[in-house]
Amino acid sequence: MIHVSTKINGDDVEFLCDPRETLLDTLRDKLGLTGSKEGCGTGDCGACSVTMDGRLVCSCLVLGAEAEGKEIETVEGIADGENLHLLQEKFIEHAALQCGVCTPGILVATKSLLEKHPDPTETQVRYWLAGNLCRCTGYDKIIRAVMETAADLREAS
Amino acid sequence: MQYHTPSSFDDAVAIAKDAQGVTRFLAGGTDVLVQLRADIVTPDVLIDIKKIAGVSEISREGDGWRIGVAVTGAEMTEHDTLGKEWPGLVEAMDLIGSTQVQGRATLTGNLCNGSPAADSVPAMVAAGVTVSVTGPNGARRVAVEDIPTAPGKTSLTAGEMVTAVHVPARGAHAGDAYLRFIPRTEMDIAVVGCGINLRLDGKKIIEARVSLGAVAPTVLLVEDAAKAIIGTELDDAALDALAAAASVACKPINDKRGTIEFRTHVAGVLAKRAAKIAYQRAEAAS
Repeated sequence: MIHVSTKINGDDVEFLCDPRETLLDTLRDKLGLTGSKEGCGTGDCGACSVTMDGRLVCSCLVLGAEAEGKEIETVEGIADGENLHLLQEKFIEHAALQCGVCTPGILVATKSLLEKHPDPTETQVRYWLAGNLCRCTGYDKIIRAVMETAADLREAS
Repeated sequence: MQYHTPSSFDDAVAIAKDAQGVTRFLAGGTDVLVQLRADIVTPDVLIDIKKIAGVSEISREGDGWRIGVAVTGAEMTEHDTLGKEWPGLVEAMDLIGSTQVQGRATLTGNLCNGSPAADSVPAMVAAGVTVSVTGPNGARRVAVEDIPTAPGKTSLTAGEMVTAVHVPARGAHAGDAYLRFIPRTEMDIAVVGCGINLRLDGKKIIEARVSLGAVAPTVLLVEDAAKAIIGTELDDAALDALAAAASVACKPINDKRGTIEFRTHVAGVLAKRAAKIAYQRAEAAS
């Protein structure tokens, strides 16, 4: 077993993991952070998206051991306690989800997009989210929720 | 499975040399971890190279560039000047996978995975990129086109690893481009890919390299296609000769992504289009 010290959503975390264990499995099974979902397990669907040192990645394609010394942000870190992030409120307002399995990954990916590109075009949003598959919504409501969040965040800042 | 995080290439090679069973080097993991999870390749020894100093740096090397073996596609795209000098190379890398994959995937991984459809490899071959390789028997410098030997196979011997990617000096009046065909706009594997790099003297092409992906067991450097445009001003006759030479070089397979006929034809079409883009870029470069 490998001993790993990392930071998750701002908290120092230590865990032991098998070398083959993915960060996704560590988050879900060891740390109780079940927001990140396993859709495909091969980096195609994006449901397990997290950021590692600010970089958007699929946690199913990161080993738990690779989290050593890194800062991980998951969907659980987006809301401030009971107060949802504007992005989350907009997803509810626009009904930008149905079954919800893809939603945590899309929220994490979108937050990462808006931090880098506060004023994205719709094309930019669609390309950025191309690795986040959704079988329910047809994407349009998601894109509208993202565009409106971006506009509101720009106004607020 | 043993998991190692060596702090130098020497240590990495020493671990690989003594390793029993299947050994894999881990950079971005977008192939290695997929293969591990799918039980296609189950390493006994996994050597994570990301703790080695300098592997995540893009730095000047003369007038060219040295790209560390763990530099991600996203880092290449975000770089201030690399993409201005070598837009084809950076765009080829950027075509691979999603934003999430771009956050991890590396040029070296794309090369060492050995896929004939690897998008960055034809662009590297066209650009004349070389890699440093080190192993139990010392170090050597290898042209990118000499690394892949068959689908999933490379010329690297047991214990050898790539330690740096070297991009040549761009120089004046030159440009590169990479295009691929996929049946949708994103998140797919090349059915055909074509990289072209050329240099002008006035309006005349004086140097060119043409590379094709996904049309043979390995990425191809097609010298006859380069000859078809060297000495020309890329007029219609030269473009037709280029397309013909590209198609002749194809030895593709039939699969669900494309037939032999389709791939052979599209190789010529993409070669023409990529050559026009490279030519425009070379004209625009002062």
